[in-house]
Amino acid sequence: MDWTFLIVKLIQVIAVFAVLLTGCAYMTWLERKLVARIQSRLGPMNAGYQGLLQPVADMIKLLFKEDITPKHVDKFIYGIAPLASFIPATLSIAVVPFGDSITLFGRTYDLVISNLNVGILYVLAITSIGVYSIIMAGYSSNSKYSLLGGLRSSAQMISYEIGMGLAIVVVILLSGSLNLVDIVDKQGSFVGWYVFRNPVAFVVYFICAVAETNRSPFDLPEAESELVAGYHTEYSSMKFGMFFVAEYANMITVGAIATTLFFGGWHGPFLPPIVWFLIKVAAFQVFYIWARGTLPRLRYDQLMSFGWKVLLPIAVINVMVTAFFVL
Amino acid sequence: MEMFIFILAAIASVACCLMVITQKNPVRAVLFLIMAFVAQAILFVQLSAVFVAALQIIVYAGAIMVLFLFIIMLLNLRKDEFGGDRHPFQKFAAVALAALLAFELVIVALRDGSRSPSVSLPENFGSVESIGEILFTKYLLPFEATSILLMAAILGAVVLAKKRLDD
Amino acid sequence: MNDFIKRHILAIPIGFYTTLKNLIRKPVSVQYPKVKIPMAPRYRGLHFLERYEDGSERCVCCGLCAAACPADAIYMEPEETEKGERKARIYEINLLRCIFCGFCEEACPEEAIFLGKEYEFSDDAREKFIYTKEDLLVKWPRTKPSPVNFIRKKRRPYMK
Repeated sequence: MDWTFLIVKLIQVIAVFAVLLTGCAYMTWLERKLVARIQSRLGPMNAGYQGLLQPVADMIKLLFKEDITPKHVDKFIYGIAPLASFIPATLSIAVVPFGDSITLFGRTYDLVISNLNVGILYVLAITSIGVYSIIMAGYSSNSKYSLLGGLRSSAQMISYEIGMGLAIVVVILLSGSLNLVDIVDKQGSFVGWYVFRNPVAFVVYFICAVAETNRSPFDLPEAESELVAGYHTEYSSMKFGMFFVAEYANMITVGAIATTLFFGGWHGPFLPPIVWFLIKVAAFQVFYIWARGTLPRLRYDQLMSFGWKVLLPIAVINVMVTAFFVL
Repeated sequence: MEMFIFILAAIASVACCLMVITQKNPVRAVLFLIMAFVAQAILFVQLSAVFVAALQIIVYAGAIMVLFLFIIMLLNLRKDEFGGDRHPFQKFAAVALAALLAFELVIVALRDGSRSPSVSLPENFGSVESIGEILFTKYLLPFEATSILLMAAILGAVVLAKKRLDD
Repeated sequence: MNDFIKRHILAIPIGFYTTLKNLIRKPVSVQYPKVKIPMAPRYRGLHFLERYEDGSERCVCCGLCAAACPADAIYMEPEETEKGERKARIYEINLLRCIFCGFCEEACPEEAIFLGKEYEFSDDAREKFIYTKEDLLVKWPRTKPSPVNFIRKKRRPYMK
């Protein structure tokens, strides 16, 4: 066992995890601020300058709330569902490269936690596992709203995973590799970005990713107006907090993967690679929130027919056309 | 380290499979089945078959089991409805089949157990390229046959599920 | 086809543009307890009973305000001073009934009752909203200059 390697990796893991969780906390702040400004409001203003300490206050509040377990729930599944949502949300960031390789103590380290050869498949696998938390929460809560939310989300996620997979196939075709580091290297700076080489794949991927993360306008599983927050209706305290953090962690992960696959990863002029990576991911988060402030929620049948009748054919045709040009 | 992970994954896999058949609650059984699949994916990784492991999770744990859960939740089975109609000879058949399986397992273990586990693997074993190559050359016929079978199944499902035109 | 593009595809960027416009616009919210926007000149808030410049009460307890009150919020009982002048012994306004229409102010022949600009008088019990004469009479000696002349000018342009 090589100790320096292990320690460097450990530091990387801790740093990425810390950045991810801080990012989640400040995503809530950014979201409240931006949505407020879109509606001509101010958003949180009182905790710290411009409400910057609001995430901390929210966290303390959630920690001190009473942890309620309703009598009629399936206790075991009810208890592990928040964990099952939180862990996959943080896992897939492991294969995302966030910078050029650096040399430290005479050894070269890639700035990625795990440089997997089947990185994209790993990401897809983790995302598909993420569905279960919502189904488990929906089923175990033993409440009609939660069950409907769980059912909706499982149907929605299966439908949109296919489109997402096909959009990623285009990237694999263009780059000829399943390794995310290779994909970033193949794109080079700016001109070679796959978003310019194949914008259709990016649009399909992003729409599917928004649906996968249950964000507006595809936030049917947690539709407040009809399902009373859907799968996490019965949850309180830190269990609810876990779902909440997982949602934002998913958004950040999707932003990071979209950056890697379509926007040249950490490539960019003048600034150091990590800064470029963070800027691109942050831009995705802002777009997420902007979309939430703009678009109304889809109806369930619209969601399904859009996924199967519009997105899927477009994705399939796109794969065929791309394959034709690559060959 | 690898031995430790193997033992952990193997125990988890067997335990989860046992839970699948002993659980009365269908949803829990499916959840344990998913955990068994994940444990098996870890075993695949240890056999250097990373691609197969990823597919195991994406296809089986990720897609098919969601449909299982979906249907179970829609059917809304109660505990007493589950496992109601038993055939009298079911138990004997189960015991016989289990004995047969155990017998096979013992024979395979005795025959291959002495073989050294550290077979030198060919270059890029288990990688996407090698699997793709084998699939489209050596195993082309079974591959295409499977896809036709799946196609037929899909068409059959569509025909069964679709509304009749005359009513 | 044209209509389809306009309604289903073009609508999305237009929506994004609209929200972007709002995003860079100045917010309209006011940080209320810290920042208070000035009230309109004709704003009708909490009542007060005015005094003469020597400090004696203007109100003679004629009952016209109570008669004019559409919500029946004013109750009063008269008494006589040593000089034989009529004044209010009890003068109560139930602010939970009051609709702040300002009819009492219009009706008052002595220019004794006015609706001021105070609006922060929330409380935690229903009984606390029955304001007595002591609550309503302006403090003597005055802490603030009397707003009566201002009110006369702004609120009653017909009384030149």
